[in-house]
Amino acid sequence: MSPYLFYPMATASVLFALAVVLAKSPVRSALALVAVMSLLAVQFAFLQAHLLAALQIIVYAGAVMVLFLFVITLLNLESDHGVGEKPRLSAIGFGAGAVVAGGLVMAMAGLVAPAARAGALPEGFGTTVVLARQMFGRYLVAFELTSILLLVAVVGAVVLAKRTAAENSEGVTGA
Amino acid sequence: MTIGLVHWLVLSALLMAIGAVGVVVRRNVLIIFMSVELMLNAANLAFVAGAHSLGTMNGQSIVFFVMTVAAAEAAVGLAVILALFRNRQTVAADEIALLKW
Repeated sequence: MSPYLFYPMATASVLFALAVVLAKSPVRSALALVAVMSLLAVQFAFLQAHLLAALQIIVYAGAVMVLFLFVITLLNLESDHGVGEKPRLSAIGFGAGAVVAGGLVMAMAGLVAPAARAGALPEGFGTTVVLARQMFGRYLVAFELTSILLLVAVVGAVVLAKRTAAENSEGVTGA
Repeated sequence: MTIGLVHWLVLSALLMAIGAVGVVVRRNVLIIFMSVELMLNAANLAFVAGAHSLGTMNGQSIVFFVMTVAAAEAAVGLAVILALFRNRQTVAADEIALLKW
């Protein structure tokens, strides 16, 4: 990937990520997160992860973030005070974050890359066929367990979000 | 100069740190949750970059599972937030101190 593409996209990713954290309104946070996820999808495509790039758009930027936006609009929240409400605590948080960022970046930059592949990528790298072979081969047990996880999550979400009979008869407002 | 593994890892580290800051400094549970999603995405980027660098598909398979778990987590987490808001009329993390000793 050319540096002329990478650096603008990386900068935009970081700026949108900062917007997620700093925006006062949750809706703006969510939209900034959609932008970050879409940029990451483009980067996945450049890294030859074709199926994952598509899934990133459909599952993350699509399904998950639409769910977030539904909940935000359903709760009808007012904007809070962002990070400015408790300036001292926020400053400590940002300081700690800067230390974490510095440490992580130094660790990554100082990384001695493990034996990188020699030459071109293998045939069909990142395509659905190759990924599916792994899903139904090496990672079969994990794949099947995932289906149980999703089933439990669906049931759990319905149970948690359901109103009780008492709440219904009161005809509670809100939510 | 070409863009290599280290570039991607540094970008991933930055996104991870920004997500961690979001979890620490914000009070709104929804935004904390979104910051967690951001951290998951940062980890995914590192996996995909590693897979590309090594020429093996294992990293991409892990990302597939991370995406599945993140989708399940978002569904349950948002249901918890809905139930919380219904009972307490707030989504501010510091007002939910029921378990605080």
